[in-house]
Amino acid sequence: MTETTTPDLVTPTWDYAPAPEARDIVRLSSSYGLFIDGAFVDTLDGGALKTVNPATEEVLAEVAEAGAKDIDRAVAAARRAFTEVWGPMPGRERAKYLYRIARLIQERAREFAVLESLDNGKPIRESRDVDVPLAAAHFFHHAGWADKLAHAGYGPDPRPLGVAAQVIPWNFPLLMAAWKIAPALATGNTVVLKPAETTPLSALLLAEVVQQAELPPGVVNIVTGAGETGAALVGHPDVDKVAFTGSTEVGKAIQRQIAGTRKKLTLELGGKAANVVFDDAPIDQAVEGIVNGIFFNQGHVCCAGSRLLVQESVETEVLERLKARLATLRLGDPLDKNTDIGAINSAQQLAKITELAASGEQEGAQRWSPESCVLPERGYWFAPTVFTGVAQSHRIAREEIFGPVLSVLSFRTPQEALDKANNTPFGLSAGVWTEKGSRILWMAQRLRAGVVWANTFNRFDPTSPFGGYKESGFGREGGRQGLAAYLDLEVDA
Amino acid sequence: MTVVVPSAVDFAAVSDLADAGESDAALRRFLHGLPGVDQVGADARAATLATRSIKKQAKLQAIDMAIAMTDLTTLEGMDTPGKVRTLCAKARRPDPADPSVPPVAAVCVYGDLVPAAAEALRGSPVRIAAVATAFPSGRASLRVKLEDTREAVAAGATEIDMVIDRGAFLAGRYGQVFDEIRAVKDACGPAHLKVILETGELATYDNVRRASWLALAAGADFIKTSTGKVAPSATLPVALVMLEAVRDVAELTGQYRGVKVAGGVRTTKDAIRYLVLAHEVAGAEWLRADRFRIGASSLLNDLLMQRAKQATGRYWGPDYVTIE
Amino acid sequence: MSERLQVRRTAKLFVGGAFPRSESGRSYEVTAADGGFLANAALASRKDARDAVVAARKAFPGWSGATAYNRGQILYRVAELLEGRAAQFIDEVAAAEGVDLDHATAQVDAAIDRWVWYAGWSDKIAMVAGSANPVAGPYFNFSVPEPTGVVAVLAPQGSSLLGMVSVVAPAIVSGNTAVVVACEARPLPAVSLGEVLATSDVPAGVVNVLTGRTAELAPILAGHMDVNAIDLCGAPAEQVPELERLAAENVKRVVRPPREGEPDWTAEPSPRRMLALTETKTVWHPQGV
Repeated sequence: MTETTTPDLVTPTWDYAPAPEARDIVRLSSSYGLFIDGAFVDTLDGGALKTVNPATEEVLAEVAEAGAKDIDRAVAAARRAFTEVWGPMPGRERAKYLYRIARLIQERAREFAVLESLDNGKPIRESRDVDVPLAAAHFFHHAGWADKLAHAGYGPDPRPLGVAAQVIPWNFPLLMAAWKIAPALATGNTVVLKPAETTPLSALLLAEVVQQAELPPGVVNIVTGAGETGAALVGHPDVDKVAFTGSTEVGKAIQRQIAGTRKKLTLELGGKAANVVFDDAPIDQAVEGIVNGIFFNQGHVCCAGSRLLVQESVETEVLERLKARLATLRLGDPLDKNTDIGAINSAQQLAKITELAASGEQEGAQRWSPESCVLPERGYWFAPTVFTGVAQSHRIAREEIFGPVLSVLSFRTPQEALDKANNTPFGLSAGVWTEKGSRILWMAQRLRAGVVWANTFNRFDPTSPFGGYKESGFGREGGRQGLAAYLDLEVDA
Repeated sequence: MTVVVPSAVDFAAVSDLADAGESDAALRRFLHGLPGVDQVGADARAATLATRSIKKQAKLQAIDMAIAMTDLTTLEGMDTPGKVRTLCAKARRPDPADPSVPPVAAVCVYGDLVPAAAEALRGSPVRIAAVATAFPSGRASLRVKLEDTREAVAAGATEIDMVIDRGAFLAGRYGQVFDEIRAVKDACGPAHLKVILETGELATYDNVRRASWLALAAGADFIKTSTGKVAPSATLPVALVMLEAVRDVAELTGQYRGVKVAGGVRTTKDAIRYLVLAHEVAGAEWLRADRFRIGASSLLNDLLMQRAKQATGRYWGPDYVTIE
Repeated sequence: MSERLQVRRTAKLFVGGAFPRSESGRSYEVTAADGGFLANAALASRKDARDAVVAARKAFPGWSGATAYNRGQILYRVAELLEGRAAQFIDEVAAAEGVDLDHATAQVDAAIDRWVWYAGWSDKIAMVAGSANPVAGPYFNFSVPEPTGVVAVLAPQGSSLLGMVSVVAPAIVSGNTAVVVACEARPLPAVSLGEVLATSDVPAGVVNVLTGRTAELAPILAGHMDVNAIDLCGAPAEQVPELERLAAENVKRVVRPPREGEPDWTAEPSPRRMLALTETKTVWHPQGV
């Protein structure tokens, strides 16, 4: 052949056209009430909040901010439902309600996914492929427990606690609601749940599903609101159980708030997980694991692998590959099916991330973001960022950033990796990458973390108990062990 | 022909030892020293990339790229010059009604049908690829395999698709595999060499990575997944591993080697998934016919129907595309 | 014949395998139920508590790193030693609690039997509380119970030996190490338990016993940032809210005092006290070629 440059021998540019998920499957109301005792009602003594699409700053809807009287009637509804209906109901009947809810979530999956991406800012691919399917799975799994509690290892007739007050965060709004509601109901409790201030909509859609499932009124109550509503709910005297997922700071405040009462408490708090990469790791998959560990869900994950602990002998290679890989990440419209990185959930969170990232530079670490990352003008966005030359004492190595910021530290030996990984008040999760089986198990045994991902990261399942050591909280969600949070297991003799 | 080495130090040393007869041990140290591939992780990455939604202009562009990268293939016992002639006509002008459709990259035939292909493709930019080396099994003497190669080149093949000796590879006789590839590369003369790994028989992604590096070190211009005669043939995770290999070799040497996926790529959707893989794993530099090929037969018609659908908004049927 | 003078006992602290006096130099009188003098016991200070936590933390890697079988054997041998010293314990319990010898014997027997019960749990907790979880993907996933770390234990104020055993054994069998505040008014059986532990194979620092004022020591331990959990069994009721607040500072796991006051320690024990002081760790690994 003698052709010089034929058209097919020129390096092209291939831009993916926008591939937006259709928004019209979601029917947004302009305002929403509280879901109490099986119906949507106006607030008695509260106010209103606006919830915003963080990718565009467009107001999506107004939701109620529950006041003290609203909390009273929500708890009263839950109490009555517990005493008269749900408590006496046989487990096999409770099970069938939960199966219905699971099925309805699956049937309305697309609607939930779009709504979640609109309200939270996460990419549709994640809400569609991770959040919504896992939420349905949680209801499915726990439905099957409702009539098998006698075989769960908690005695022949484990009793529920009564009314559970549940406060959940904004990072996985629907999934966190499922993690709370499913086990509570399966074990015979009734709930009053407060979704996060910035992400109330999928919980309100779940309330519609609860109605469609004909769940008896008062079994599930959804009270929207902000910090004050949460505190009022947690502090209500007729609540038997408090379950909280959120920041360590607020978790401690709650633990103090209920001191001296007999309310049961489980907490799922923050983390600063170490993702440990050894020199014999399967490097390409480790890079994927690092990327997934800190950039999945924009880093808004309590168990995010926010500290990369890489063995010094492969640090350069791993960082090169990591940076090359980050340059292929697509940041933008959360409703675009090709988006990898969505919006930061709120202006407030963006400010926090920005401040901590700035501290990283001030303390002497080197900051890098891929040049290809162009931030849209409107909305709350933060480019994936990597800090190298980080020391254990830097704020970005100690404090939870809850954003797409990775701090890279190095180690020389397994013991050093372990010591650095454990050297934190947190203990939620950890990652280990190595081809050597014995080393995986050695590390897994010694890491002080509630979840250890070996040669993988950010895997969740309703059968897999999730929760932390130390200041990452106590109690587990998921699996047989997760049922304990909602059963009366007072320690007597 | 100079052996192109991924890294001056490593591979030169390996090549020398290959000559010195210590090839198996030396090659094993090198190949087994490459990072492992976690199967579940590789599968997950390939599956995530397969969710890319390629629409509108991006899809049209992809279809034309895929057509221009197709090696239109017939490799049947009952192939005849007549069959090859009609295939070549299609290759040079895939849609008789639409001259804007690019010709394919190459036709791919058995060596004894190269003369018929050469005749039918005279004056066209479509290349002629011949399978050789006792395709598909590779079970014949080296002498026979080299003769197979030389005959095809002499008859006009500009590309040779050879098969590696999988038995030797799985038995750890890496030196033998290396030497055979080099010998075939020599026998190719000016023709470019694609080395078929037959990934379905290699079974693990670690083996795919090792075979890729082995073939590239021995001089392969392209590494190719499969003969199409063994299941499984091309899969997304296997292609991902191979694309990583050529990416890494380019990083080390500045040379761009190619990847060809063959077997089981039947629909436009499949083809686009492979293009996305090439784009995001290796880079846009591989979105060209001298660095990425798709070996297929029925794929072309699906590409044409999808192309027409994009242009007209209607779905088409098999009566509107030609069969050969 | 003249009466033989008794050699009086100095009841010291048991910290890090040794018997130090309180660094404060203080002590307090321990009297029998009938008011008679029994001994002077060390009155532990905040610094003693701090030292005890340090000792417990130091002992944790070794004790939690031992095999479950090893821990079980060690704890069983403690029961052997308790049996050998039963007579002393019976006298001490009778004097401390003002019960007759039959009652005291029943208590000591129950205490030894309960210790044996807990010893046998060491290599079974993982079976009962652990699991292999059937996740929906190509992963092997298992959960195991692990000791939470350093546990502060406020021993019950009534039952001086059986109650003590009932809160200490469940804490350490899973691999935790403990700082125990002995029953304030009746500390001598706890001190003797310390002596038994010192002569056993239980490594130094696994159990540390502080004698003194519960109300003084409890807040120190409840607020200590290197204590992972606290059992409030023997806490003064009015102090419980403050202790729980202090515990929140490092998100301690809190075992609340039993609802109905000090329970009947002779009732069939449940594994809950033991399991409440463990953490569940869940591990994932891909399954592939």
